[in-house]
Amino acid sequence: MYEVIFYLTAAIAVLAAGAILKVSHPVHAALYLVISLLALALIFFLLGAPLLAALQVMIYAGAIMVLFLFLIMVMNLRSERNQSLSLPSGWKGPAILALILWLELMLLLNRYPAEETNEMTAIEPKAVGHALFGPYLVLVEAAAVLLLAALVAALYLSRKGRS
Amino acid sequence: MNFAQWLLALSSLGLALLGLLFIAALMVYGERKILALLQDRLGPNRAGPFGLLQPIADFLKLLTKEHFVPPFADRNIYIIAPIIVPFTALLSFVVVPVSDDWWLADLNIALLFILALSSLRVYGIMLGGWASNSKYPLFGGLRSAAQMISYELPMGLALMGVIILSGSFSLVDIVAAQELPFIILQPIGFIIFLVCGIAETNRLPFDLPEAENELASGYNTEYGDIKFAFYYLGEYIGVLLIAVLITVLFLGGWHGPWIPGVFWFMLKTLTLIFLFFWLRTSLPRLRYDQLMNCGWKFLLPAALINLLVTAFLGLFWMEG
Repeated sequence: MYEVIFYLTAAIAVLAAGAILKVSHPVHAALYLVISLLALALIFFLLGAPLLAALQVMIYAGAIMVLFLFLIMVMNLRSERNQSLSLPSGWKGPAILALILWLELMLLLNRYPAEETNEMTAIEPKAVGHALFGPYLVLVEAAAVLLLAALVAALYLSRKGRS
Repeated sequence: MNFAQWLLALSSLGLALLGLLFIAALMVYGERKILALLQDRLGPNRAGPFGLLQPIADFLKLLTKEHFVPPFADRNIYIIAPIIVPFTALLSFVVVPVSDDWWLADLNIALLFILALSSLRVYGIMLGGWASNSKYPLFGGLRSAAQMISYELPMGLALMGVIILSGSFSLVDIVAAQELPFIILQPIGFIIFLVCGIAETNRLPFDLPEAENELASGYNTEYGDIKFAFYYLGEYIGVLLIAVLITVLFLGGWHGPWIPGVFWFMLKTLTLIFLFFWLRTSLPRLRYDQLMNCGWKFLLPAALINLLVTAFLGLFWMEG
């Protein structure tokens, strides 16, 4: 039963992500991205990371995508049919690099076959907290300083009466 | 889980759903009666004894109206948007414990689950306003998006105090930790959560998204028939959810002397719902800039200071 749910969710995530490229309207694309993010959250939950799932929905689907949608609505973007499916001219270089990365990933996965385990440990929110503010404290603080710098920069750039 | 357990889970969900819909119908009736009482008029009194069948009559009226999609609307999103609002609100009730053995699920992220669903609710209103493809609904949708984003932050921060005191995200654990209701230990958190809760459900004095006199009722202007009923249902389920959450988080849930816990829970929730209806008759609507100032310049700093003080005191009182 859980396998069925997992594969169904994974299929939804991939299909929704593909649909983003296909649809021509910005709002529809944003909504497909939301669906893909929600499916990912469900997969996190199934794999035993409930806190990550909740944060995924709250932050990505609930805050960032709402802001995206807000901007699309404010700027009144409409469909752009002609540009959506044609490839830009310089696609070969990035495609080759991505292919190399994909091959490397396949090689690595072959060398270290995933261990077959049926039992799954759900990670409690408390355990995540202990890890974040224990061994990874410096990284958390560094990320916090980075975000604060971004916030200050955004405030500086958007202040009124700038000459 | 085997088949019987899935069946049991689904049927209890179905029962809870029917119960919630019934309560929402009663709330619509109750609100109209209480408004009538406070405004010294009669209220609904035609359908059935004391007008008790009024919600059913309203529902049948909305159901039998013509199912209409405006030709200028974005058809699919126009139809999906109203479903999102009651759906996310109803789903939140899954983790709410009514008494010490009456709950559907005890997630260890229950509170985050509710916050996540409440942050998804804004899509229903925003998309409804956008898909109608007409100016007043668009304004209503934008306003509501701005309002809900602004008030979600202090709401989540106000809850952090409760989480520090109880040491868990699970609502069952939070209620179990309240020998002394958290309203006494967290009075500022309670007030912030109450104000944000009213703003999240778009009720007066924060019902700017559907301000009748300036926006011609806002995001749902182009909606009729059963789709409008979904928005309406979502609003009342949302009010019920906020009342239930305040009961669980700040008023001690099922705790109380003499009578069984379920009745205490109901009594506290009904008092809060009455408070919401009373506020609606008594307060005028805020202006848009006042609303934003209140959210960002008053509630957010207050919630941060509350969190800081709670964490500081908690550090000394609690071990580890």
